[in-house]
Amino acid sequence: MLGWEFPPRIAGGLGVACYGLVKGLAHHGVKVTFVMPYRSGQEPPNTYRLLGANEIEIPADTTLTTTFWKQVRFYGVETYLGPYLEQLERPTLTFHAVPEPVSETTSRGGAIRLFFSGKYGADLLDEVYRYAYAVSFLAQKEEFDIIHAHDWLTYLGGIALKQLTGKPLVVHIHATEYDRSGENPNPLIRDIEARGFAEADLIIAVSFYTRALVVEKYGVPPEKVWAIHNAVLPKDRQPIPRPPRRRKIVTFLGRVTYQKGPEYFVEAAARLAPRLPEAHFVVAGTGDKLRGIIQRVAELRLGSRFSFTGFLPPKEVENLFDLSDVYVMPSVSEPFGISALEALRAGVPVIVSKQSGVAEVLRYALKVDFWDVDRLSDLIYGVLKYPAITSFFRRFAQDELSQLQWERSSSRVIEAYKTLYP
Amino acid sequence: MRHICLYFQVHQPFRLRIYRFFDIGESHDYYHELNNRVLMQRIARKCYLPMNALIKKLITKHTPERFSVAFSVSGTALEQMQLYAPEVLESFQDLYKTGGVELIGETYAHSLASLKSEAEFRRQVALHTDTLEKLFSARPKTFRNTELVFFDKLARWVSEMGYTAILAEGTDTLLGWRSPNHLYTARAAPELRVLPRNYQFSDDIAFRFSNQAWSEWPLTAEKFAAWFQALPQHEILVNLFMDYETFGEHQWPETGIFEFFEAWVEKMLQDKDVRYVTPQVAIADHEPVGEVEAPKPLSWADSERDLTAWLGNDMQQDAFESLYALETLIQQLPIQKHPDIHRDWIRLQTSDHFYYMCTKFFADGDVHKYFNPYDNPYEAYVTYMNVLADFRERVEAALPGTD
Repeated sequence: MLGWEFPPRIAGGLGVACYGLVKGLAHHGVKVTFVMPYRSGQEPPNTYRLLGANEIEIPADTTLTTTFWKQVRFYGVETYLGPYLEQLERPTLTFHAVPEPVSETTSRGGAIRLFFSGKYGADLLDEVYRYAYAVSFLAQKEEFDIIHAHDWLTYLGGIALKQLTGKPLVVHIHATEYDRSGENPNPLIRDIEARGFAEADLIIAVSFYTRALVVEKYGVPPEKVWAIHNAVLPKDRQPIPRPPRRRKIVTFLGRVTYQKGPEYFVEAAARLAPRLPEAHFVVAGTGDKLRGIIQRVAELRLGSRFSFTGFLPPKEVENLFDLSDVYVMPSVSEPFGISALEALRAGVPVIVSKQSGVAEVLRYALKVDFWDVDRLSDLIYGVLKYPAITSFFRRFAQDELSQLQWERSSSRVIEAYKTLYP
Repeated sequence: MRHICLYFQVHQPFRLRIYRFFDIGESHDYYHELNNRVLMQRIARKCYLPMNALIKKLITKHTPERFSVAFSVSGTALEQMQLYAPEVLESFQDLYKTGGVELIGETYAHSLASLKSEAEFRRQVALHTDTLEKLFSARPKTFRNTELVFFDKLARWVSEMGYTAILAEGTDTLLGWRSPNHLYTARAAPELRVLPRNYQFSDDIAFRFSNQAWSEWPLTAEKFAAWFQALPQHEILVNLFMDYETFGEHQWPETGIFEFFEAWVEKMLQDKDVRYVTPQVAIADHEPVGEVEAPKPLSWADSERDLTAWLGNDMQQDAFESLYALETLIQQLPIQKHPDIHRDWIRLQTSDHFYYMCTKFFADGDVHKYFNPYDNPYEAYVTYMNVLADFRERVEAALPGTD
């Protein structure tokens, strides 16, 4: 299995989903090797195998590189990786040409290893290519029956492995370039995605919403795509105590990017602030829209009603949910939205956009079109004002969550795998 | 006869630590203790102690009659000296005893309270006066407002509080065609003398001294002294006002700033008609030549000489208004019962917090970045607002009728 994120080094839902899925598959006896760019050694203890692409030994033979590169090379484009970048600032990135894959290496005998940061930095594309190159050497070293690649970052590696071994390729879509960038996808990333979908023997989408999107935007035959929803792991710790405060916390959590609709959250807050003096709004996450959002909050003179936490590691996400009174996910386009399940797991009522995959599986969630700021404000008002809503949600959402377990989702994945070995 | 009035501003803020959302309601410790201590000790070593020694040497050599200077030391700076560098406070006390130093009154927190609340302004000025009385047995008669913010109402309040002189920025807006090298009086308070800063000469030292791109670089003592001699005979009072940190911090010792200063003073004093005087001496020796008025606040910072460096953008205005929205609540809390709340109320008013949120990074960015603990103004704003959220919770919880 090829993936880009794994706890504790995660940037968003992708890593959480990979972790849940791997655990679920292991529960059913599937032997999984999860290959990530860089293994820190701080990953949770496990019954599956973790491998860092930085640990893969590669023969120090440049003819191999050249051959490989002929197959996957893309020529230079100017590209904007905004939604991915971790910095607050919006840097201008220019890739005039794809650089040579072997940039920093460590030598060991006749073999080399490649360097990976595992981050979404300015050299993300370089790292994507390096990852694919490193992973292709697993063809000779590892025994496996299925190649399962998560999101475009690993599709090239999956394609390379398939070409070298003839094993079936499953690509798993957690988000598409259209979710991240709207109607102006980065052509390079879109191209990698399309290649992945074309080469895949089977595609798994995290929701019907995403399934429909790939059929429409990439022309993928619908029968090739399974919609298998994400799930949530049971909570493994006690909630942190809530301080006795009169304030009610309304939370937005996610990358502060176009996809997540942070503007709608702020505009709803502007409508609510005068009517709900006890409401305090938290924006957790970072992204290319963060400065604009902070500016807007200041312009509305709402700074004293907002807190910006920056990026939060998983543990602090849980802490934040323990403190929250309502979780709002106004995503413009959300393939799934695993954080909504994490909020519910903490007993927090959720308001999700109808343009999200998670809306398909939750009956006990409030749903709203992302652009309908008035309705969104009404719903937040209702949740904060009428405690009955919260207690109702607590009761029923827990039942609902118990159906959304990774064991169940991974059974469906196994079912899908089986169609590849009829 | 020519009088030069030197006034140095000594101020340090209590910089905030990275105060996060999760700290709200959990921790009431807002300040970057380490940062504040290290900076105070560094500035003490690089500026306060060596410059005090130099000033003392000049006073002793030339007698206070010929060489005196004025200082305004903010309350927060005095607090930090007591906390982190007591030898600096002793050094200032020692300097004051020479008789060649006048201490000037200001707002305790080096705040912009005058723009928002007369009551808070008066309270803070009184607090600063009490502190000077306690630490120096000094009662200031000259006033300077934060960053030389000056306007008509302020002149009236200051005069009512018993001050006889005020420092102001010698902008064209204030003076029109008139020269800053004279004494003026405030139209709004005719008893109050106004000393306008000669920003040309002041900034030659404070900002341009080490700037190699400046056409006059390098500035030598002889050249600078010659500019004074070239002034028209009737321009007899030149006011040079600047941050004390200019010496050794803004301008590093390697630039030769200390040597320059001493050589320039010596050069000037070779002329028997030249005296370095304090504001009180200046107003006793000179007659005002005219009146000034400022219906709108003026300051000394940046090219516009207005308040856009503190309150120019939405983040600054939002933070400033959110802070002062608490004033009426805080006035309900007796200081004896809630000393911590009052301490933080003072410290959060320090103007530097708003300065750090300034987005005018192009023309004046270098100065704004100096000692700025934040990477960018957004971070400054977010941190400040988090602190304010906690502070407001504490204030509300302390109000009578709540528990």
